[in-house]
Amino acid sequence: MALSREDLLEAYRRMKTIREFEERVHVEFAKGGIPGFVHLYAGEEASAAGVCMNLTDDDKIASTHRGHGHCIGKGVDVHGMMAEIFGKRTGTCRGKGGSMHIADLDTGMLGANGIVGGGPPLVCGAALAAKLKRTGGVAVAFFGDGASNQGTTFEAMNLATVWRLPAIFVAENNGYAEATAAKFSVSCEDISTRAAGFGMPGVTVDGHDFFAVYEAMREAVDRARNGGGPSLIEAKLDRFFGHFEGDNQNYRAPDEVKRIRAEKDCLQRFRARVASDIAAAELDAIDADVRKLIDDAVAQAIAAPDPLPEDLTTDVYIRY
Amino acid sequence: MSNAQTKADIVAITMPKWGLSMTEGKVVGWLVDEGRELQPGDPVMDIETEKIANTFEALDAGTLRRKIADVDAVLPIGALLGVLAPATVPDAEIDAFVTEFQANYVPPAVEEGDEGPGYQFVEAGGRRLRYARRGDSGPAVVLIHGFGGDCDNWLFNLDPLAAVARVYALDLPGHGQSSKAIVDGSVDALAQAVLDFLDAVDVDAAHLVGHSLGGAVALAVAAVAPARVRALSLIAPVGLGARIDGDYVHGFIAAESRRDLKPVLQRLVANAELVNRQMIDDMLKFKRVDGVGDALRAIANGFVDGQAQRIDLRAALATLTCPVQVLWGGADRIVPQADAADLPAGVRFHRLEGVGHLPHLEAANAVNALLKDMTIGLA
Amino acid sequence: MARKILFQQAINEALDQEMARDSNVIVMGEDVIGGTGADGEMDAWGGVLGVTKGLYGKYGERIMDTPISESAFVGAAVGAAACGLRPVCELMFIDFLGVCFDQIYNQAAKFRYMFGGKAKTPIVIRTMIGAGFRAAAQHSQCLYPVFTHIPGLKVVIPSSPYEAKGLLIQAIRDDDPVIFCEHKALYAMEGEVPEESYTIPFGEANVVREGSDVTIVALARMVGFAEKAAAALAKDGISCEIIDPRTTSPLDEDTILESVENTGRLVVVDEASPRCGMAADIAALVAQKAFGALEAPIELVTPPHTPVPFSGVLEDLYIPGPARIEAAVRRIAEYA
Repeated sequence: MALSREDLLEAYRRMKTIREFEERVHVEFAKGGIPGFVHLYAGEEASAAGVCMNLTDDDKIASTHRGHGHCIGKGVDVHGMMAEIFGKRTGTCRGKGGSMHIADLDTGMLGANGIVGGGPPLVCGAALAAKLKRTGGVAVAFFGDGASNQGTTFEAMNLATVWRLPAIFVAENNGYAEATAAKFSVSCEDISTRAAGFGMPGVTVDGHDFFAVYEAMREAVDRARNGGGPSLIEAKLDRFFGHFEGDNQNYRAPDEVKRIRAEKDCLQRFRARVASDIAAAELDAIDADVRKLIDDAVAQAIAAPDPLPEDLTTDVYIRY
Repeated sequence: MSNAQTKADIVAITMPKWGLSMTEGKVVGWLVDEGRELQPGDPVMDIETEKIANTFEALDAGTLRRKIADVDAVLPIGALLGVLAPATVPDAEIDAFVTEFQANYVPPAVEEGDEGPGYQFVEAGGRRLRYARRGDSGPAVVLIHGFGGDCDNWLFNLDPLAAVARVYALDLPGHGQSSKAIVDGSVDALAQAVLDFLDAVDVDAAHLVGHSLGGAVALAVAAVAPARVRALSLIAPVGLGARIDGDYVHGFIAAESRRDLKPVLQRLVANAELVNRQMIDDMLKFKRVDGVGDALRAIANGFVDGQAQRIDLRAALATLTCPVQVLWGGADRIVPQADAADLPAGVRFHRLEGVGHLPHLEAANAVNALLKDMTIGLA
Repeated sequence: MARKILFQQAINEALDQEMARDSNVIVMGEDVIGGTGADGEMDAWGGVLGVTKGLYGKYGERIMDTPISESAFVGAAVGAAACGLRPVCELMFIDFLGVCFDQIYNQAAKFRYMFGGKAKTPIVIRTMIGAGFRAAAQHSQCLYPVFTHIPGLKVVIPSSPYEAKGLLIQAIRDDDPVIFCEHKALYAMEGEVPEESYTIPFGEANVVREGSDVTIVALARMVGFAEKAAAALAKDGISCEIIDPRTTSPLDEDTILESVENTGRLVVVDEASPRCGMAADIAALVAQKAFGALEAPIELVTPPHTPVPFSGVLEDLYIPGPARIEAAVRRIAEYA
């Protein structure tokens, strides 16, 4: 494989957009403009980008409660996302879903999910649809180390192998299920070793490294598109923020986040890796573009109208 | 309808058989008291079957000497309902008659098996048509139902006519259990379907009886193939006037629920109570079948335009040489009879007072008598 | 008259006709084929009671045996529905909903609303309900009130072969998720069913019998029991109107209310547990919206608030029967 220069710029843009989006949501949440629960993805960008750079609009993903990065990685409009997170009528889900339920079927995003382990079964269905309709598409389930212990995830991996589905399970192991360490709650060293029990290949990669994720995913996607069935990829990575906004993170070591930001920032690693091909100024320009985009998204979201009272009772059924 | 006569002057009134599926009927109420002098056609009692409620009319003349059936009793066909006899017959003879009748009465065995004796299917003109068939001899009579109907609409007429004729009642394309796919919903296309049917069942020429839209179809058959039509009986036919209750037609097509359909069906009849639960259910069952909505729209488009009729068959009627009679209910709200005032000379016209758009159901005895007379004249 | 077939044949015919009509319709569930991967015959079972028998031979890959893994395959059905298929899932017994409930009430039911109207999840979950088979507490429940409670789901409960076919075809064509509850005791019921495809709209109750003294609302197997009771009561001059809502979500409130406006008396018969069940729900509806018409207290005929027992002696006591319905009608018919 060779990622083209354009691909690399696009990968960087997606990662940077996620980072900027999340850093800004963190600020806006603190200011009190954003209601509800928000779980930020900052720090994990290489996973979303490395996976989604292998996908087209015909491929599907199912996400988690920590879903903003997956949305952006898959191409969901950030203006709609930001408005949704602010609970506005112009949001992706018209203000009815919020941060945990952003979905955009047009771009193949089957939804963030408020239920840990909710996504893997859905992905079996998306993969089944691709298989029966012979679209050549694949479906990807993002889930965390927490969901790696859910029965739904096990059942889905078993079913995917049994039905030989073009499904890919991406375990984003950020070391914590809420405030409980994976070291305690996951019974094995590497989640990827569980793949063997379900008869599929499994691999663990450095989730801070876009290229490592991209390569593992490319192999899995090729296998899936060619009828080789499902795969499991574990990306070991770290989150820059708490489980949710407002989490004091006192379960983490005192300088843990500081050290991660300094040593394991996927954006910095990406810049270093492409330095010989892409001038820093070019990436700086993307940074500036992205900042403007997010500024604009926030401004529009704040100015956008709330849902109308009558929206309360619409969209429950198609016809009732 | 049956009337068993065991002694010269004593006549049993028995539970009639209305339609193929009727096995029993419920006595809703007596309309006359004992001692009353009855003439044929006089209302005797209201009877309800699972298909329809109707007034049972006297088939014979006599004095109602005895009411046997209790109100609300559910009785099999042929069961004794009452006794007619001249006033001079002693009570003891009436008693003896009743005793003997009841001792000998055997309720008919309930038919097990799917289709029963009545319905058949035939391939005609590339489609499947269902029909009911009765009677072994006599001229052929073909009954053609109206818009949204089926061969069961003739449940009060089939068996009486079978006494003098070989009777066929078909489901038009798009109706009943015939093929639902309609390429051309015009009256002419339906007329061709009837001709295809006559070929398929090997009938050279028949007395065509058409109701409403079926009347227009019968007329159209006569116009294009006069040799196939020995006589025409048109009941509240489409095609002879300017107006039609388009709201009925479109309301019938649109109705999806009991609540919507009931008031629509009630416009068909003078006495709204005739429209019972089962009649509405049967109509809904028909309308729910795949393709029926499209078929009805295509057919409606062939003869209705707003509140106006699209087709005018008066000229065709004037050219016919076969005997023609027209029957119309005086209280018809669907196809106004007044519009068809100046019929050609030679066409016999019968107005049935107090009857709505379904004379063959609402005034079955009178209609049967007229249809029989026309048929017997051909023998 | 029309052809007569069994309730379970009506279900099979509906599936067959819809699979023939629309290649997006697929069927999945435990042993819906039977024999997958084994050394013997394929289509060995065609469903645990043979309801899906024969579909494999006609539709091949569009009918799938699943692992005993309800969360996975019900969730897969939801995901497949969001991606353009129309899955019909067989969740063998409604009692098994506990192991896949999240996929039904958090995923299928809510996608459309959470996603601002931009998703549809046209799945049908066929599942058996009902006591009477000595199948004990985990294979005999009538849990449809649980689903009825959840916005976004539709709940369908046929009471005859005609209803079974028409409602199932409607369920498959419907764009919302549908829980389709089949009472085990009705599978062998015979009735007239048109050969052609047809649909029965949801939210339209069937007036099974017209009457003037007491309204009986009944579902599934209880409809037949109500008819028996009504026939007995008619001999004593008590005229019952029987209403089968056919779907509990949506519920045809108008037909129930109109009937009670006419009769002034209501008996609700429900095989589900009494607390927060359909009987309580319909009683509340009538108390709220037809209070002025009521001439007697509302009678609820339900099982006791217990699990379904195993022993035949106890199970027969558990199931509401014609005698209990008749007694309830008499109590309020005589109430002055």
